[in-house]
Amino acid sequence: MTTADPSISALQWVDATLAATLLAVDPERLHGAALRAPAGPARDLWVGQLRGLLPKGLAVHRLPLSITDDRLLGGLDLTATLRSGRRVVQSGLLASANRGLVIVPMAERLAPPTARQIAAVIDTGVVRTEREGLSLKTPSQFITVACDEGIGEDEQLCDSLRDRLAFHLDLSAAGPNSHIEPDYDRDEVALARERLPLVEISEAAIEALCAAALALGISSTRAVLFAIAVARSSAALNASPTVRDTDLAVAGRLVLAPRATRLPAPAPDQDEPDPPDDTSDDGQEPTPPTPPEDQSDDNKPDSATLEDVLLNAVTAALPDDLLAKLDQAAKANARQGAVGGSSITRPAALRGRPIGHRQGLPGSGHRLDIIATLRQAAPWQPVRRAERQKQKSPTSAARAPLIELRRDDMRIKRFAQSVSQTTVFVVDASGSAAFQRLGEAKGAVELLLADCYIRRDRVALIAFRGDKAELLLSPTRSLTRARRALASLPGGGGTPLASGLTLASEVAEQIARQDETAVIVVLTDGGANIASDGLPGRPRAEADALAAAQRLKAAGLRSLLIDTAIRPQPLARRVAEAMNAMYIALPNADASSISTAARALDDRQPPSNARAGRR
Amino acid sequence: MAVAYPFSAIVDQDEMKRALLIAAVDPSIGGVLIFGDRGTGKSTAVRALASLLPPMRVVKGCRFQCDPAGDRTHCQTLCKSDHAPNTSSTDTMPVPVVDLPLGATEDRIVGALDLERALTRGEKAFEPGLLARAHRGFLYIDEINLLEDHLVDLLLDVAASGENVVEREGLSIRHPARFVLIGSGNPEEGELRPQLLDRFGLAVDVKTPTEIASLMEVVRRRDAFERNPTGFVARWRPDDEKLRDMIVAARARLPDIELNDRALESATRLCMTLGSDGVRGELVLVRAARALAAFEGEVSINDSHLRRIAPSALRHRLRRNPLEGGSDARVERAIKEQFGS
Repeated sequence: MTTADPSISALQWVDATLAATLLAVDPERLHGAALRAPAGPARDLWVGQLRGLLPKGLAVHRLPLSITDDRLLGGLDLTATLRSGRRVVQSGLLASANRGLVIVPMAERLAPPTARQIAAVIDTGVVRTEREGLSLKTPSQFITVACDEGIGEDEQLCDSLRDRLAFHLDLSAAGPNSHIEPDYDRDEVALARERLPLVEISEAAIEALCAAALALGISSTRAVLFAIAVARSSAALNASPTVRDTDLAVAGRLVLAPRATRLPAPAPDQDEPDPPDDTSDDGQEPTPPTPPEDQSDDNKPDSATLEDVLLNAVTAALPDDLLAKLDQAAKANARQGAVGGSSITRPAALRGRPIGHRQGLPGSGHRLDIIATLRQAAPWQPVRRAERQKQKSPTSAARAPLIELRRDDMRIKRFAQSVSQTTVFVVDASGSAAFQRLGEAKGAVELLLADCYIRRDRVALIAFRGDKAELLLSPTRSLTRARRALASLPGGGGTPLASGLTLASEVAEQIARQDETAVIVVLTDGGANIASDGLPGRPRAEADALAAAQRLKAAGLRSLLIDTAIRPQPLARRVAEAMNAMYIALPNADASSISTAARALDDRQPPSNARAGRR
Repeated sequence: MAVAYPFSAIVDQDEMKRALLIAAVDPSIGGVLIFGDRGTGKSTAVRALASLLPPMRVVKGCRFQCDPAGDRTHCQTLCKSDHAPNTSSTDTMPVPVVDLPLGATEDRIVGALDLERALTRGEKAFEPGLLARAHRGFLYIDEINLLEDHLVDLLLDVAASGENVVEREGLSIRHPARFVLIGSGNPEEGELRPQLLDRFGLAVDVKTPTEIASLMEVVRRRDAFERNPTGFVARWRPDDEKLRDMIVAARARLPDIELNDRALESATRLCMTLGSDGVRGELVLVRAARALAAFEGEVSINDSHLRRIAPSALRHRLRRNPLEGGSDARVERAIKEQFGS
């Protein structure tokens, strides 16, 4: 050990180095690690430690973010295929990485489809290529190190891949100086790997891990399997024939703690609706406080104490501000879900997911689909060659091309371009929008959501109350999320209408950057009394609200304002006019008229703005 | 490829297992949709089904796995001209369970011009795709909710018509592609279009175990499997074989099970109470109940069959406010009303 600095940095290193050692013992079951750290010496040091523990000569592959499916999964080697006249396969990165190490830099920006493809290979141990006329299965097992350089909880590696990597490590606060050397070397790790199949784990230990996982609100069974594998590796490293309490504690700290979605003590008001409290009748409740030490009841005291050991270890590893972090994590997830569905972030005809091809010439924003072009030309080759020979033009005979291509053969790639629409709901949750009206506003939003669902639109939800506006739900296609966000919307406080509208235009701008159109639906009683800067004062609040509304109009956004006031106020209507919104008053509106209005909004001639004209 | 986890070793998840077995007994039910959290063993179950099914007889050398006893017109036109299978002799092969990988391109799904033969020999030959390979078997799509819409449309269309029509690259080919479509996904990551939901015969929800006993059993078996896959599979083989025999017997029994009026009336009334759209719900409900009856060795459908299969057959067909999560509760209520508690 080079340092005993009791800082966070040192603590992070202790966990990370131990994880590297355990991963090296059982890479087949643990699959890899998601490592959160900025690019820099600490990260390189950790990867170096891991490589130092793995067998010598291990191949390392870096997976660039921009990797295409043919390079990832394999495809046709076009040059070789054309030269030899038979199919020549070029294997993809995942297949070449067999028995090696795959490093994914900037993993937080990895496209979800790519992440899922890696996940599928981790699951099955086989790379499946079904593309470009190829149909291959190539066995491949590798260690994945996903280097997550994200800052804050919003940027994170995609869940589908994260879930399949045993370790979620954090070296974001770790400097290279406080690193520690692994306690074991390559040979000791190799010995441990040999001992691994002989390590036994008791029923009580499995039970303790399961109970701890349930108590921490971990829903994936993979987590428990990882925990067992880690406990075994830890025992093997220490040459113990069975998994001991300390091994369980290691598994709890390294596998379960980073996956916890709630604190072990059953907190009374968690918004999670399904606390697993079903084992209450046999005294194995996952509550940590002092279980009886000496119960004569078969094996229960044993596992209860074990569970206690475990939960203590886990709790020690949990950060103090867990709940705040969980909240952020949930939001980050919501954001990810939004990215998952389609290629929304990819503009233009050159990017996005290829969805086939059509006839046309390359250039001017189109890319040639070589395989499809060849397919098109192939059947005509004998005829065309014969034609050329018949013409007997000396130049053409001398330089007969390998393949006779015609203009009509050309096929260009088509890419998935999202033309869908995102409806941004801006909901007034202030005290003035009294509680029963908030209920009705929620009802109206639900109604509109139903329409969005049918049209496959995305939805986003902004709420404003107190002194600020908040984005509760980033654009998503998941109704499950929308429903949840809406149900948990609290009410009360002032009416910062201006902030709500400003945030709406920011969100709309972001959506526009993703090449989608945004429609704004505002639900308010128009009782603005908080200005943009969060300070109270009706005149300024109203002026700010009108200014924000005008900015929305200037951005050319289509919008609908639903007045939720019991007695409609003039301000709401003025705001609606300022933002060129359709106005309807809720007291007179029933379900169907809101729905009709929303549909009308959809079909309405877009204002004079090029971007809005897409749909 | 690695050994598959045995079907009979899957802990709980009765509804999912039942739906898959019913689809194996009567493929005309029209596909199974499995929605649930990550790590609930959705893919495991489908892959396990593959090793459970009895092998099927095919025309020897046929590229479309044609049934020697079935319609042979395609064999005559497609296979014969190309590969000339020995149409008089037969062969057996495992029932295909084709896993549609993410990133599969359209040409591999529907089939395309055989590039190699076209380039080397100047022949216009059809190279069958995954749809052809799935004929008479199962086509599994994990994360179906994330598949491109145009591919989902295409798959559902072929699944419904039982025929793949290829009109591309100068090819004009139609070949049989009758398969059971199985889709799975995580609703948190996006939903399936409602028009598509209805086209699946059965829909099941899977959840992670929240009881420690079943979680432990899941973990214990999984751990045992991973440590010694072949030993584990061998240990469960008798159970798997029993299931296989039940499927074979159920298929034979299926045509003889009568659709009595009482069952039909119960099914109709249940669908009316729930206000489910169209007659598909009724049809699937009765067929699935019949398959379940056959699987359990009964001679006719009774209330218990309808009751157990109703949630899977109807939950995705309710005309509902899509935001209301409670379609399960509604089905449950209607069942109680119909059959008593």
